Amino acid sequence: MTSSAADLSSQIRSGEQSARDIAKAALARAAVADERDRLNIFLARTDRFAIERAARVDADPESRENALLCGVPYALKDNIAVSGLQLTCGSRILHGYQSPYSATVVERMNTAGAILIGKTNLDEFAMGSSTENSAFGPTRNPLAPHLVPGGSSGGSAAAVAAGIVPIALGSETGGSVRQPAAFCGVVGVKPTYGRVSRSGLVAFGSSLDQVGVFATNVADAATTLRVIAGRDDRDATSVDLPVPDYAASASDSLDGVVIGRPREYFPPDLDPRIADLCDRALEHLRARGATVRDVSLPHTALAVPVYYILAPAEASSNLARFDGVRYGMRLTGAGLEGMYEATRSNGFGPEVTRRIVLGTYVLSAGYYDAYYRKAMNVRTLIARDFTKVFASGVNALFTPTTPTTAFPIGAKTDPYEMYLSDIFTCTANLAGIPALSLPIGRAGGLPVGGQLMCAHFDEARMFAIAGGLEFALGGAAHT
Amino acid sequence: MADAVSIDDVRRVAALARLGVTDETATALVRDLNTILQHMAVLGDVNVGSPMPADETRQEIRLREDRIGSIPLALPLEAFAAEMRDGFFVVPRLASHEGAEPAG
Repeated sequence: MTSSAADLSSQIRSGEQSARDIAKAALARAAVADERDRLNIFLARTDRFAIERAARVDADPESRENALLCGVPYALKDNIAVSGLQLTCGSRILHGYQSPYSATVVERMNTAGAILIGKTNLDEFAMGSSTENSAFGPTRNPLAPHLVPGGSSGGSAAAVAAGIVPIALGSETGGSVRQPAAFCGVVGVKPTYGRVSRSGLVAFGSSLDQVGVFATNVADAATTLRVIAGRDDRDATSVDLPVPDYAASASDSLDGVVIGRPREYFPPDLDPRIADLCDRALEHLRARGATVRDVSLPHTALAVPVYYILAPAEASSNLARFDGVRYGMRLTGAGLEGMYEATRSNGFGPEVTRRIVLGTYVLSAGYYDAYYRKAMNVRTLIARDFTKVFASGVNALFTPTTPTTAFPIGAKTDPYEMYLSDIFTCTANLAGIPALSLPIGRAGGLPVGGQLMCAHFDEARMFAIAGGLEFALGGAAHT
Repeated sequence: MADAVSIDDVRRVAALARLGVTDETATALVRDLNTILQHMAVLGDVNVGSPMPADETRQEIRLREDRIGSIPLALPLEAFAAEMRDGFFVVPRLASHEGAEPAG
């Protein structure tokens, strides 16, 4: 297992270790994971790029002074752009495409001294909950290779869980960081909508998408979010609010904190082992001074139907740009329209095709009001549920992250059954609030995630509670 | 909520989305969409109250017609070029084109 990002950064700053040696070790672990263990975590490794950057960090002691992630190796989901590197989105349709610019989050990680070692596998265009929908084959869960790592950021979650890197970036539209974090036994964070720039993140559902963070522990996740958060002129949805030192709040006392336990997230048929681990976590929060209150979010059951109307609708529009003209692959067909159809039909996989057709259907004449507008209205009701609960004095909500532990590769063939994997996570995306998953124990030997959700831009409190819970459960290594 | 999705619906929507679908794919999509949309039917029973933001913006949104093909240009294509031949813009011959077949 690799050291924490905080430890590595400290060791490099003090000269105890070189960034170059650490980058080489991470690259070697990545090679073993994919070439020997066949985990299929990376779609590209950036060996030369990483070694060169690490050498620059080693050569410039002054730049190391204030670098929060000095020489820390990290992995990046391959739907986030890096200048001069491939950007596949796990799809055949972007074959051969190289990004001409870097995402804002990548620039900020560079400025903080972090070293990119590779781009990770994902469900095609981030559409999936298992990383089985990649055109480049499924990623395997490092804890049990016959199981999925979750998705869609399964490669990034697996890279952290396998000990290759201490931190990684992914993206969230309906739970694509928190769900794989839960399945792989690591920490996963979805920030508030607008907290982090999406410039350079390939759009899926623009009213839902956010860049998210994976880490082995809460403090590293907090530091990484601090690095990437903040206003960016290249993304008009990014919000101009100060970025707190989230890590500084991570071990505060929980005296006076009110935690809500929403009953809709603990249905009678919830796996009793997961329910027990959540109850145990809530007991730890009480023991650290928090008050736990039963609350209700009455529209929760509508979240999956709402999400799977709105996200495909937005995807059908966003993915219209992949037409064989501007990016990647082009196949010939009869005339211009034939070229479009041939390229898109062969370039997109089955799940992306399904969602584009579904999204186009719910936006088409005669169905717009029945599906899209209705879903938008119900989305407002879901968001208002959270607003009311937080206005009543509740500081954070605690729930299971997922209804099950990681499932076997190939086990879920019904699309809607797969969509239900997002049942506890997509609500935060619909409401735009921050949420975090951290490991709270194991069921049948597999990790279980507990989820914290807070009000908009209240990430500092979310990290404080998560840090307290992590400490109470025995630290990041307790699972 | 609307009636069940037919294979004609799938073909029409796929064409709008610039996706060619084989008979096999279209049949699978009919099955999948009907299964998925059955689960969405629950939304039809929700009384959202009024007014809701999406209702208000709906009054202002002008939806374009569902039509396959390019969106018509405000001006004819010829208006964008000094000269056209056989539907193509005629551009000055460049030195780098040396050796290429002469145009027309």
